[in-house]
Amino acid sequence: MPVVEYREALRQAMEEEMLRDPDVFLMGEEVGFYNGAYKVSKGMLEKFGDKRIIDSPITECGFAGLGIGAAMVGMRPIIEFMTWNFSLVAIDQIVNHAAKIRQMSGGQFNCPITFRGPGGAAHQLAAQHSSAFESYYAHIPGLKVVMPANPKDAKGLLKSSIRDENPVCFIEGETMYSDKGEIPDGEYTIPLGVGEIKREGTDCTIIGWSKMVNIGLAAAEILATQGINAEVLDPRTIRPLDEDLIVASVKKTGRCVILEEGYPFAGVGAEIAYRISQRCFDDLDHPVARLTSMDVSAPYHRQVENSIRPTPEKAADLVKKVLYLG
Amino acid sequence: MTRIEGEALQAQEKLNLLKYYRQMLGIRRLEEAAAKAYSQQKIGGFLHLYIGQEAIAAGAVGATEHGDYFLTSYRDHGLAYAKGTSARACMAELFGKETGCSKGLGGSMHFFDKPNNFLGGWGIVGAHMPLAVGTAFASKYRGDGRVTLCFYGDGAVSQGAAHEAMSLASLWKLPIVFICENNMYSMGTPLSRTMSVEDASQKALAYGLERDRFEGNDVLLVRDRLAVAVKRAREESRPSVIEIRCYRYRGHSMSDPGLYRTKDEVEEYKRKDCLLIAERHLAGYGIGPEDLKAIDDEVKNEIEDAVTFADESGHLPAERLPDFNYVD
Repeated sequence: MPVVEYREALRQAMEEEMLRDPDVFLMGEEVGFYNGAYKVSKGMLEKFGDKRIIDSPITECGFAGLGIGAAMVGMRPIIEFMTWNFSLVAIDQIVNHAAKIRQMSGGQFNCPITFRGPGGAAHQLAAQHSSAFESYYAHIPGLKVVMPANPKDAKGLLKSSIRDENPVCFIEGETMYSDKGEIPDGEYTIPLGVGEIKREGTDCTIIGWSKMVNIGLAAAEILATQGINAEVLDPRTIRPLDEDLIVASVKKTGRCVILEEGYPFAGVGAEIAYRISQRCFDDLDHPVARLTSMDVSAPYHRQVENSIRPTPEKAADLVKKVLYLG
Repeated sequence: MTRIEGEALQAQEKLNLLKYYRQMLGIRRLEEAAAKAYSQQKIGGFLHLYIGQEAIAAGAVGATEHGDYFLTSYRDHGLAYAKGTSARACMAELFGKETGCSKGLGGSMHFFDKPNNFLGGWGIVGAHMPLAVGTAFASKYRGDGRVTLCFYGDGAVSQGAAHEAMSLASLWKLPIVFICENNMYSMGTPLSRTMSVEDASQKALAYGLERDRFEGNDVLLVRDRLAVAVKRAREESRPSVIEIRCYRYRGHSMSDPGLYRTKDEVEEYKRKDCLLIAERHLAGYGIGPEDLKAIDDEVKNEIEDAVTFADESGHLPAERLPDFNYVD
């Protein structure tokens, strides 16, 4: 199986889908001549031309809305946000328009659009460039939210997102673009709404998505040295959520720790914890625990920033706590 | 032009005019019936009436082809009706019934009619304008020859989305006509208190768009002036901003008593009513009061039938709503 970077997996997904369907186009800031702010679309302008790889001005509201209108009449736009932090300028377009078109029109119009780009914190980008906004979009009926954790998932899920008839918020990990991983030979897709056990275990379920999967896997390694066998579960898509996979895992382990890069209040982890409480109440040996970023805006200083984020060490400590070992 | 050709044109124009008059009267009676049904609490929520602005809808439809896309704000009944949505589907939508043009899910503000290329019916002021740029983008991308008409009120002129829309449409030379229906009040605030310039079409200048500006009471004038912009969009893929000055006789919505303007002002505009002007044109073609009465009777029957139809239709039960969240 070939080993590729996360960004390359994303590029392969977009190129394959553009070759497959002439109605797919990519639009966003710096996606063409500059080859993408994170080089995800490198070489695509040369390959597909400026009719289909379109550099937009800095107008998130404008080009997000443009994509939505085009999708209403059957195009399949990929709209790139340089970061999901900038998507808030377009949130009215995504939430009040893309998500509601099908319902408001009585099912006459669909909105097959993919909004994609990096989310979450990178390194020292301070308060306005570091937020994880998946809970914002997952809150909205009509939207799907996809958060791949490795190159294999990135490619398979992006292809499914582009083919989906619904608006999809595809949130990439800003620090993951250079991550390498194996991807299957040939064409493949991964369905939305199907999670994956990234590491089998018996003692505690660690749930994480996007870059939190790697934090969870690293925590499991630490725990393994102490004789604790943690299971790491990646839902891969926040909405639709693979609730059955979560329930089966938690029923098996009897314990659950949720890792989330975002803020704690009304976060995705709160929703997952609620669902576990409804379906696994009698199976739990400890209340569901969450490890999130600190409930503050991101600070600039490197060490200070690192100290507010979930880490493998903090995650391992929390697992031990729910095992009454900490 | 030969005499015979001239006569054929005249005959065609007479038929056009009769069609426009019929459309405008249909909108007027539809809206009057809606106001009545609202007072009977058969229609709820917000209800924004188009009465006074009918010539714009009829003129725009007259200037375009059926395949052209129309998008507008929440004051949408008149445009949908002129574009081809039946009175029954309009009224049933207002009543929230499954037989409505959006299955009763959208209501007054969210009319959609795919077969007639009516793409909403949008409730966030100015925010539908980027979407209209998107339908125009799709048309240029595919070379399908369609033009997008994007209607908005003077209240939308100051919204950021409006400016991003104009900027992108001009940058990429898209086949779109932005039509500002300037009824002089953004809700209850006169234009002089919301805009730093008096001429809303001036907003086109910064983006390099073509522009035009005229009164919207004479349906033939509206049609002919819009046709210039539509032709420019279709044949040269060049966008325009058109400001059409108009006046709504009713309040912003049914809950608005209109205390911010005088009775005299409203009466003055009613003297320039689009139906009166069209009747004068029709008189020139020998269409008299008796012919007009026949049209009025026909429209009356159509609207009465629509109200009965809406009354007797059922609504979608809540259990069906999740079907409209996602396409499987």
